[in-house]
Amino acid sequence: MTNIFNYIDRPSPIHRLTGATKLVCLLLWSLAAMTTYDTRFLAVLPVISIVLFRISKIRIRDVSFMLGFTAVFMVLNNVLIFLFSPQHGVGIYGTKHVLLSLGGNYVLTKEQLFYHLNLVLKYLSTIPIVLLFVCTTNPSEFAASLNRIGVKYTIAYSVALALRYIPDIQREYHEISQAQQARGVEMSKKQSLFKRLKSAGAILIPLVLSSMDRIEVISNAMELRGFGKNKKRTWYMGRKFRRADILCMAFCALLFALALILNAANGGRYWNPFISIR
Amino acid sequence: MKNSPVKTIVAIGVGAALFFVLGRFVSIPSPVPNTNIATQYGLLAFMAVMFGPVAGVLIGLIGHALIDFSYGWGIWWSWVIASGVFGLLVGLVSSRVKVAEGEFGKKDILVFNLAQIVAHVVAWIVVAPVLDILMYAEPANKAFLQGVVGGASNIVTTAIIGTLLCVAYAATKPKKGSLKEEE
Repeated sequence: MTNIFNYIDRPSPIHRLTGATKLVCLLLWSLAAMTTYDTRFLAVLPVISIVLFRISKIRIRDVSFMLGFTAVFMVLNNVLIFLFSPQHGVGIYGTKHVLLSLGGNYVLTKEQLFYHLNLVLKYLSTIPIVLLFVCTTNPSEFAASLNRIGVKYTIAYSVALALRYIPDIQREYHEISQAQQARGVEMSKKQSLFKRLKSAGAILIPLVLSSMDRIEVISNAMELRGFGKNKKRTWYMGRKFRRADILCMAFCALLFALALILNAANGGRYWNPFISIR
Repeated sequence: MKNSPVKTIVAIGVGAALFFVLGRFVSIPSPVPNTNIATQYGLLAFMAVMFGPVAGVLIGLIGHALIDFSYGWGIWWSWVIASGVFGLLVGLVSSRVKVAEGEFGKKDILVFNLAQIVAHVVAWIVVAPVLDILMYAEPANKAFLQGVVGGASNIVTTAIIGTLLCVAYAATKPKKGSLKEEE
């Protein structure tokens, strides 16, 4: 319950990178994966991330729960897209190779399958890297990293506060919820929807009111210690960049640049194998 | 009553933590299978009205990004940004609705709900689908339908939970000028 972010502490080169490096790499990597639909590029990214997983000593078993969750989400999204727009691929790639007619507008085309392949690759190239980030970055270091990459320290501190108070608020929510259930407040499926919302209110109101008191106490304590007086702030968990950090960031910057170059070379976000077939 | 900057920072932190806990663990099963009703937007609307647009944006962004991080499915930027937009827009009426001073009458309920409806419409029926289409190249009709369904259910939950929270909080605060000198 306390380890919701799934940080797994193991000695590995990836754990030794600073949090700021990993954050920059994550951002550059996801930008790269987001900008282009070049299938060749998207196919390489998952391979690199598997190698990175190996280096980080995080095993599939450690993240299997999260992977399962994502798989369901991915399948659902693909099914929805096909149901709503079976001709989406045709629209994107401009050609139509029919494989199977399912009646009405529902025609299975090569283009549609190729679009879905790209979509799946897109998931496979972003999700492992986020998991890797979550598993190898100490949450306490996260705020320091945000500040390092140029986010104002007051905002970075808000993130630190959020991470610090999530377990507390979770515990409090649980206590209030049990107390209210003992008094007959029900949130299960047996109740009508409106009643369920009202019972949610019966738990939320005490939770939010006590949180408002908490805000008061914390901000008074911080103000008394002179928080926000200076322009800069040092972090207990902050670390200096080493050579490996700079190399990793350079590599991810290269990936992003490559994605941009591919976009320019393909004359758009899609790499289109159908035109050359024709 | 003006909030000090430090208080806003703490409110963002604690607000994002609340948003996270509600979004991650407080799910009300809805009649439609496999969909849950999001209670966190009621809270976000309340916090935005209390602490202003800056707090609204950041609670939405940080809270939603943390939820996505904890599920490990990558950050779905388009929806994270939409949460931020919702917080911003509701926060804009914070100077008109004075919940912190214990005033939340019929007129304020109206203003609050109008603001949240407009904000939800902009966030889920304009911002989220448009970004989905631009960033992830999703089919337009699917993205917009998801937005409409999500937006509609969020409007209902925010109307109930957000209003309840504002009324309850205002009731705990003494009204301005509620003390009179004895004659």
